[in-house]
Amino acid sequence: MAKGKTFSKPKALSDAHTHYCPGCTHGIIHRLVAEAIDDLGIRGRTVGVAPVGCAVLAYNYFNCDFQEAAHGRAPAMATGIKRVRPDLMVFTYQGDGDLASIGLGEIVHAANRGEKFTTIFVNNAIYGMTGGQMAPTTMPDQRTTTSPFGRKADEVGMPMRMAELLASLATPAYVTRQAVLRPKHINKARKAIKQAFTYQVASRCFTFVEVVSTCPTNWGMTPTDAIDWAEETLLPYYPLGEFKVPE
Amino acid sequence: MAKVLMKGNEAIGEAAIRAGCLNYFAYPITPQSEVAEYLSRRMGEVDGVFLQGESEVAVSYMIFGAAGAGARVFTTSSSPGISLMSEAMSYIAAAQCPAVFVNIMRGGPGLGGILPSQGDYFQATKSVGHGDFRLLVMAPASVQEAVEMTMQAFPLAEKYRNPVMILGDGLIGQMMEPVEFPDHLKVEPVDNSSWATSGMDHRGSKTRNLVKSLFLDPAALNNNNLVLKAKYERMQREEVRWETYNGDGDYDALIVSYGTMSRVCRTAIDNMQAEGLTVAMLRPQTLFPFPEQAVYEAATREQCRVVISVEMSMGQMVEDVQRSVKGHRPVQWYGKCGGEVPTPEEIVEVVTESLAAN
Amino acid sequence: MQSEIMFAGFGGQGILLSGKLLALAAMEEGAEVCWIPSYGPEMRGGTAYCTVVIGDRPIGSPIIRNPRHLIAMNRPSLEKFAPVVKPEGVILVNSSLIPIDSGRDDVDELKVPTVEIARELGNVRCANIVALAAFVARTQVVKLENLRECVKTEFARKPKVIPVNMEAIEAGVKAAGGIP
Repeated sequence: MAKGKTFSKPKALSDAHTHYCPGCTHGIIHRLVAEAIDDLGIRGRTVGVAPVGCAVLAYNYFNCDFQEAAHGRAPAMATGIKRVRPDLMVFTYQGDGDLASIGLGEIVHAANRGEKFTTIFVNNAIYGMTGGQMAPTTMPDQRTTTSPFGRKADEVGMPMRMAELLASLATPAYVTRQAVLRPKHINKARKAIKQAFTYQVASRCFTFVEVVSTCPTNWGMTPTDAIDWAEETLLPYYPLGEFKVPE
Repeated sequence: MAKVLMKGNEAIGEAAIRAGCLNYFAYPITPQSEVAEYLSRRMGEVDGVFLQGESEVAVSYMIFGAAGAGARVFTTSSSPGISLMSEAMSYIAAAQCPAVFVNIMRGGPGLGGILPSQGDYFQATKSVGHGDFRLLVMAPASVQEAVEMTMQAFPLAEKYRNPVMILGDGLIGQMMEPVEFPDHLKVEPVDNSSWATSGMDHRGSKTRNLVKSLFLDPAALNNNNLVLKAKYERMQREEVRWETYNGDGDYDALIVSYGTMSRVCRTAIDNMQAEGLTVAMLRPQTLFPFPEQAVYEAATREQCRVVISVEMSMGQMVEDVQRSVKGHRPVQWYGKCGGEVPTPEEIVEVVTESLAAN
Repeated sequence: MQSEIMFAGFGGQGILLSGKLLALAAMEEGAEVCWIPSYGPEMRGGTAYCTVVIGDRPIGSPIIRNPRHLIAMNRPSLEKFAPVVKPEGVILVNSSLIPIDSGRDDVDELKVPTVEIARELGNVRCANIVALAAFVARTQVVKLENLRECVKTEFARKPKVIPVNMEAIEAGVKAAGGIP
């Protein structure tokens, strides 16, 4: 019998069962990050930084050193780790409330300094952990528990496009937006995440992978409806692709 | 080594390096910006890390990240900046990481002023951030003592895996005095392989380390708090430090004062002694743990009729003095703040009036 | 025994450096010293002052309301601080910029045209050293030889300016009427 590739769990993931909701895409993104770590053989020198938000317990799901940050501060903590130990491979894993709202200053300045770590930014257009409140990435007219009549752009502005914002900085960086909605997206996201870590291994630049994902629970949709809605609503506003690559 | 004349802020920066701390993150704020200016040059010479962060908030988490990764690290700031860093101190204490914070106090509340003050006593000793934790707080009264305490802060932070604060004031930072950097206070590296996120390969381990402050299970959180409590109780047994002045014989009154304020009191005590009035002073060198027993014993000497807490604040340490004296002597407060420093003459007047009334 | 010397003038007149040089010289002689700057809002207004305390035991209060001596390099400084100098102290008046007296008859007033003297030496920036040397010559608070050494050490990175500063010291001593 021909030796086929059997499905197995990356070494960089732990055996713990996740607390994520049915249909949540965090599990996919965790796996993509773990595969990149395994592929590059860097698990023994990787430190992750967990956010506050749905992924606060990410440290339980990865099998490498981890620190858990305060809300929004993961890029500052990653800066501290990377500056004192440039040989460590450091990544932050942050959601949209964490990164684009309370932690906006930290991510912009870390990117602008060209800190040589990797940020995985999970954009699902809502606060998940705290129960579905409006995020800076929430779409116009999208209903959340704090925008019950839909996001009103004239009151709270338009959704923030973080990849574009960070790509506008003059400091060299790798900035890309991917998605984990369909298999084709996932394959591209896998490559982008591995590319980000590859740049880090070479100490090239700050690396940022935004991942458009879903939150069926807080969107009040079935997982398949959530994927459809994300494709129809999020992707036109949050286009996928590379916004900046190091020269 | 010969003495050198140095500004307190610069001496604190140099002391950290001499103690073996080569990692510094900071954000400018008067009256301590000279530490960052000094170390921006000096860290390069010793192959250390210097980074000016975008805010005190960010800096304090850079400290957390670096400390969590097992590096010896410190920062300096002044009152409003310390408020911004206090959140991270809570996380650092909960995650049991060692780090040193220097607060060169200025007047408050709010933006306050930039002149010396001791208005952050409550903040430093009682409740710097949210949750059940303490800092070990040391209060220098001279540039030399600021140097020694800074050097001692690192092994203490590492012994307890808890943040240590050096609580100085604007004058300690701004004045120049002759200093020596004692060689014996150089700190050797410590083994942090059991907890630091230094990388599994780095420490030759197959198990990962986790630095965190989240304990969703109430029993686990209670347990973590008990571990912290035990450390603070150990500090109270092992780290209490104080000094007395003019307290060997009998005295009529006891002054309790710390930092720069205690030096003004020393001059006042000398002036009173010249007039035939004997007054002693107890100067806490650690504010947490507070020298409760020492204050009690000094206050309850037979001849001592009154205890006065002299502070550059509106009366903060006086609460700890009252607690220590346990009602055995009248305890009163005298102080000024906002950059006004009580003069020796004012202190003499307060002591004299107090003795007349008691 | 303790001496407090206040240096006051405009920012840019070398006020803080003069104080530091005196503190260094005293430290070299084994004295206890403390140099206390003004760093408050007044610094931003263009005036600068510092106080040097020299003693034979650890310095107590670093807050000095009544200094023993005053070196006043501009008129606002003289007007502000002359009244608080202790009796029998020395008040050095930079007569190049100050057309008035201290108004005190219980102090030793020493007028030195520091700017003219420095200009004659070819470097107006060493006026502060002229003043400092004149003050040291009059008060003997430190040895002149130690002051010379401290100036050399302080300017070690700018060796070109050392000779003119040495001349400034001699000129200052002369302006004070020599060593008593």
